Amino acid sequence: MAGDRFSYNLDSTLETVDRAEQTASRIASENGFDEDEVMQIAMAVREAAVNAVLHGNAYDPEKKIELKFERTTRDLVITIRDQGRGMDLARIPDPLAPENLLKTSGRGIFLIRSFMDDVEIHPSSTGTEIKLIKHVHGMAEGGKEASQ
Amino acid sequence: MNLKVSTRQVDGVSIVDCSGRITLGEGSVVLRDTVKDLLGKGQKKILLNLGDVNYIDSSGIGELVSAYTTAKNQGGELKLLKLTKKVHDLLQITKLYTVFDVKDDETAAVKAFR
Repeated sequence: MAGDRFSYNLDSTLETVDRAEQTASRIASENGFDEDEVMQIAMAVREAAVNAVLHGNAYDPEKKIELKFERTTRDLVITIRDQGRGMDLARIPDPLAPENLLKTSGRGIFLIRSFMDDVEIHPSSTGTEIKLIKHVHGMAEGGKEASQ
Repeated sequence: MNLKVSTRQVDGVSIVDCSGRITLGEGSVVLRDTVKDLLGKGQKKILLNLGDVNYIDSSGIGELVSAYTTAKNQGGELKLLKLTKKVHDLLQITKLYTVFDVKDDETAAVKAFR
């Protein structure tokens, strides 16, 4: 399905978080990722959606979340954009630092980076865009397994 | 599936059998309220059985940490029992596996409480 794009405009609610996760899981499965990879992609999307809904848009009903899926020849690219004030990257703590281990939050971006092959975060005064990239392994264009 | 919990007592230890997902929202609240309720009743030896927890997100991890520190701060003890592979892997990559006392066998876990 290289070249396929899907785009969703979603409310700033917890239902959006669940929907984003479920959609990511379905699209990842359709693109031939294995069970573990599907779980990783879905979880990364969930964490990014949580950040967008809670920290970006702060549940503001006037603000929307844009969720896009694009399958290129080599990658599944997922983009999530909120309409908040823009994430302050300098304030993201290292959750593995001993002083942060017992903190009850601050692991979302870390998990996203752990599960995806590449992550780009673009904060601006009109919102934060996060791009999640997972390489498609052993697949040829069209979603069929590459022959050996 | 949202988180479902049921609590039973074994040799002075409160075993909380959890099943479903521990995620932002209802799942996290259910876990938080259950642990808070047990500690409020003076039941300070808590064993969270996560054998049927098939999914946990960063908020759920935060709730586990919160439950652990809340119990500890109140003179109690909280251990984890029977992690699924997914939960085990998450605790490994977040370096929390060594923070929690994780057990595989219920009888041994109950005996491990002081």
